[in-house]
Amino acid sequence: MLFSRSIQEKKSDYFKGIVAGVSIAIGYLPVALTYGFIAETTGLSLLETIAMSAFVFAGAAQYMSLSLIAVGTGALEIIFTTFIINIRHLLMSTAINEKAVKDHPIIKGIYAFGMTDEVFAVSSTKEGRLTSSYILGVASIAYSSWVINSGIGYAIGSSLPATLQQSMSIALYALFIALLVPSLKKHRKIVWLATFAALFNSILTMVIATGWAIIIATLASAILVEIIYSKKQYLYGQSDDQNRKGA
Amino acid sequence: MSQTMLIIILGMAIVTYIPRVLPLVSMNGKEMPPKVKAVLQNVPYAALGALIFPGILFIQDDIWFGIIGGITALVIALLGANLIIVVISAISVLTMYSLFF
Repeated sequence: MLFSRSIQEKKSDYFKGIVAGVSIAIGYLPVALTYGFIAETTGLSLLETIAMSAFVFAGAAQYMSLSLIAVGTGALEIIFTTFIINIRHLLMSTAINEKAVKDHPIIKGIYAFGMTDEVFAVSSTKEGRLTSSYILGVASIAYSSWVINSGIGYAIGSSLPATLQQSMSIALYALFIALLVPSLKKHRKIVWLATFAALFNSILTMVIATGWAIIIATLASAILVEIIYSKKQYLYGQSDDQNRKGA
Repeated sequence: MSQTMLIIILGMAIVTYIPRVLPLVSMNGKEMPPKVKAVLQNVPYAALGALIFPGILFIQDDIWFGIIGGITALVIALLGANLIIVVISAISVLTMYSLFF
């Protein structure tokens, strides 16, 4: 079936990605507006504000950079801190690489740019085949929302009513919960994975930088649960989780 | 654009892109050992746990904000609603909460 992937199919995957990414776009709205607003009060120009969103595309790191710029921190220290915050994507991209179909390195290089926590979360929990077109769809709507709303936030300040701005801060967390729940219902193993990681992360964030805390908590939980389940499988000769990959 | 800002933005862009791109390009199509594969398949769900908690508790000064929003999202998602409905419900409930309390 060498020619089964037609342009039509790629288009429809891209469109499905965009639809799946709409909730990210909603979630980014208040975060990007606030970023733009803070950038303006920090003294960045409109061009600098938009350029940072367009080239960096990393919410937490951009907020951090603004607070460091405000207190006059040097460029090198800001860049290094960005690296520490974003190192977690090393693990996320590795997991995406495991799930996504093989493709040309340039295509993967393009969607890699958009691999934020949210794009990762939506893509990696997709059921079945994960194509480059789908990931590109998710990433492009998320990216558009991020860049455009950063500019709007700069230009007109925190324009949303305070109440709405406040309640919209739940959006990205609600998205993560919505992505987790369907799998939680199907597999007990996933309940443990999420619970252990949440627990480890709560302890670790008190002692180390957030970027490292997420990476270590995630990996520790993924390994620990795998060990428990392979022991269980060895002892009882069964697993309730045999066809998770296809699920 | 000031030169310092240019350096900051470019530097941030590079150190953000490297961890995102490295695994995707260097391990493109490579077969992992089964044990590593199994752990990597666990990563998305573990990562979601770590991304949600404890961060959700600190979205506003009032800790109940995150708790009420989180429980709303959980209940609506358990009922089988799609992503956007879950997100909008959580926002709506919190808007009501902040209007009345």
